[in-house]
Amino acid sequence: MERLRRTMLFMPGNNPSMLQNAGILGADSIILDLEDAVSITEKDAARILVRNAIKNVEFYGTEVVVRINPLSSSFGLKDVEEIAKAKPDAIMVPKATEEDIQIVDEMLSSIETQEGFPHGSIKIFPLIETAYGLENIDSIIRTSSRAIGVLLGAEDLTADLGIKRTREGEEIFYARSKVASTCRACKVDAIDTPFADMNDCRGFNKDIHKAKSLGLTGKAAINPRQVDTIHEVFAPAEEEIKYALRVIKAMEEAQREGKGVFSLDGKMVDAPIIARAQNVVKKAKLAGLV
Amino acid sequence: MKNILGREIPEYIEGYGTVKAFKGAFASLREVERKAVKLQSAEPTEKKVLSSIKDAIEKCTIKDGMTVSFHHHLRNGDYVLNMVLEELSKTGIKDIRVAASSIFPVHAPLVEHMKSGMVTGICANYMSGPVAEAISRGELKYPAIMHTHGGRARAIESGDISIDIAFIAAPTCDTYGNINGVEGKSACGTLGYAVPDAMYAEKVVAITDNLIPYPACPIEITQEYIDFVVEVESIGDPNGIVSGTTQITKDPVGLKIAKMTSEVIEASGLLKKGFSFQTGAGGTSLAVADYVKKLMQQKDIKGSFAAGGITGYMVEMFEEGLFESLFDVQCFDLKAVESYRENKRHQNMSASMYGNPHNKGAVVNNLDVMILGATEIDTAFNANVTTGSNGMIMGGSGGHSDTAAGAKLAIVVTQLVKGRLPIVVDDVTTVTTPGETIDVLVTERGIAVNPKRQDLIEKLEKTKLPIMSIEELKQIAEKMTGTPEKIEAEDQLVAVIEYRDGTVIDTVKKI
Repeated sequence: MERLRRTMLFMPGNNPSMLQNAGILGADSIILDLEDAVSITEKDAARILVRNAIKNVEFYGTEVVVRINPLSSSFGLKDVEEIAKAKPDAIMVPKATEEDIQIVDEMLSSIETQEGFPHGSIKIFPLIETAYGLENIDSIIRTSSRAIGVLLGAEDLTADLGIKRTREGEEIFYARSKVASTCRACKVDAIDTPFADMNDCRGFNKDIHKAKSLGLTGKAAINPRQVDTIHEVFAPAEEEIKYALRVIKAMEEAQREGKGVFSLDGKMVDAPIIARAQNVVKKAKLAGLV
Repeated sequence: MKNILGREIPEYIEGYGTVKAFKGAFASLREVERKAVKLQSAEPTEKKVLSSIKDAIEKCTIKDGMTVSFHHHLRNGDYVLNMVLEELSKTGIKDIRVAASSIFPVHAPLVEHMKSGMVTGICANYMSGPVAEAISRGELKYPAIMHTHGGRARAIESGDISIDIAFIAAPTCDTYGNINGVEGKSACGTLGYAVPDAMYAEKVVAITDNLIPYPACPIEITQEYIDFVVEVESIGDPNGIVSGTTQITKDPVGLKIAKMTSEVIEASGLLKKGFSFQTGAGGTSLAVADYVKKLMQQKDIKGSFAAGGITGYMVEMFEEGLFESLFDVQCFDLKAVESYRENKRHQNMSASMYGNPHNKGAVVNNLDVMILGATEIDTAFNANVTTGSNGMIMGGSGGHSDTAAGAKLAIVVTQLVKGRLPIVVDDVTTVTTPGETIDVLVTERGIAVNPKRQDLIEKLEKTKLPIMSIEELKQIAEKMTGTPEKIEAEDQLVAVIEYRDGTVIDTVKKI
């Protein structure tokens, strides 16, 4: 099923009350985190908690993604083994490489067979947060047909590059563009890095608009209060929807009348305009706006 | 016998008297009488200022079995109740009843006076802390009587509570007994709950830490009701009297509930020119106000009034021109105190004007929308704000029942599960507010509308809001928590819950 992924909300994997409410916070996806949010002494407890939450908590149709620990750590493989049995929608792989994706893909295949899940039902979300990952996104995505999108992790990426992370985000202009363009080419979602300062509303708004303008399709959130704002920016604007609906109506009329080309408000409407309009209407429908 | 809600209540209660059973929220509206007040008129040359509380007690001629009253505007910073009871305890008096509009943790010394037998009866509209716990454990001789804010005013006016001496904590008082709450180091704003006490008690003593020359200005409680004035060093701790700020919740679940609630209000059709609104000072309630504020701004709606205990947040809405006026029975924070002092459209109201069902029309009758909380709500929409999940008294109606009865749309907002317990249950532990006066329950997982409001159900079904039956909400909650075991209470009655009209809606038993 095609779904909207405007927001992916991080939730710590070791907080029962937050896990219990994860599905009602309005995010399109939730990322139950076993990695950075969980201290090293809590890793196995969080893994059990997240596994049981996926089995027992009602998420009301929200996509459930679990961020595992890096495969290079001693927790990563165990995470996949335990969590996949509970059948999350996807596994998010940090600092992803082709090799990691290959390993996770094979593990998922064998667990799916073992548990009787349909093959390929558990998806993979590579997290691009190293220079290597960024320069090899295309092959990382193409390693597994399970890949449905990529999350850009700017904090780790800038650390890897040895550059400073700034509020304005000029330093990740290239990374954002690269992720957006490659994901579009691979027909998967491109999710922007989260914005950390909850008190800077204006900066947050600018940051979401920047991501959208560069072609990213959604944004990660680290606080439920960020969700509505991200949705507002990523949802097609009312004017945009109205115009798209008019284009489609005019197109249908033209087809009925047997016209090959037609105009709207005195301007010629061609194939790219129609495709854009169809895309806007599709998004608006998924967002429940039409 | 059973009242109309099926709650088992005795016909007679020792220390309370004959029980009138609750018959429905509006069953008692009828011709009523106010009691006549016996008083000592003042001679022209008489002075009112006395040197101590001890002197005042001596002048008032105390007797065993009498009732002394207090008001709660100084909230958890109040020194007056404790000072007066301490002084009374030195006289050897016994068997007295304390009629305090509310009791807070600061009033813990009252527990010792209960144990000594000096205090054998208590009535209050709200109580929390050690006194409430001691009452729940059966340490008060007679059952406590829990009123509503409007119901207490009614009880005093009708003579159901006959006050021998009212002690009024006065942030400012002149030498002839004119009182205001807006000046002085213990300024707390309006004094609405003290008004019936002043008007109907046989003797009234003002206790102040800001004694000023005659005449005070402004005057909220006037000299003709005051017998004596006593100056003390301090009537309260400013930190406990008003909180510096009241904050909107940051809890995402609370915010979601608040947003859905604002959408219910919008869909109800009540949010239009002349809109009137009341909400408590809790974080989720304030968040509802915040969403309502945004809707009013977007739609350019000018409301009529906001009422209740007033918070700085309501003051902000008022100052932005979203309401014509504020009706204030109690200021919750410093911003509200300042606004009441400076702005003549920020008006006081007495407890009777606020919520008394037996006067010629209370402010609650003019309310469009009221936002309420609940510790439990049952499938008949009866709400409990009196006892906690362990059966202990931890609150009380305050204005809950009054506003629910008066408002066109009374909405209970709560998380569906709190502390691993389901909030929607088959039968609430204690009925505080009858379900017939509650229109909607909003939780983070769904909204239930009282079936008697078919008009509202039709309106809300046209929206995308998750409307469901209250039974469905109960099932969702129980799926998460399981069904909790019933609390085992003993037979001893520890509190009588009076509805605002003086009938008994429920009782609380010893834990």
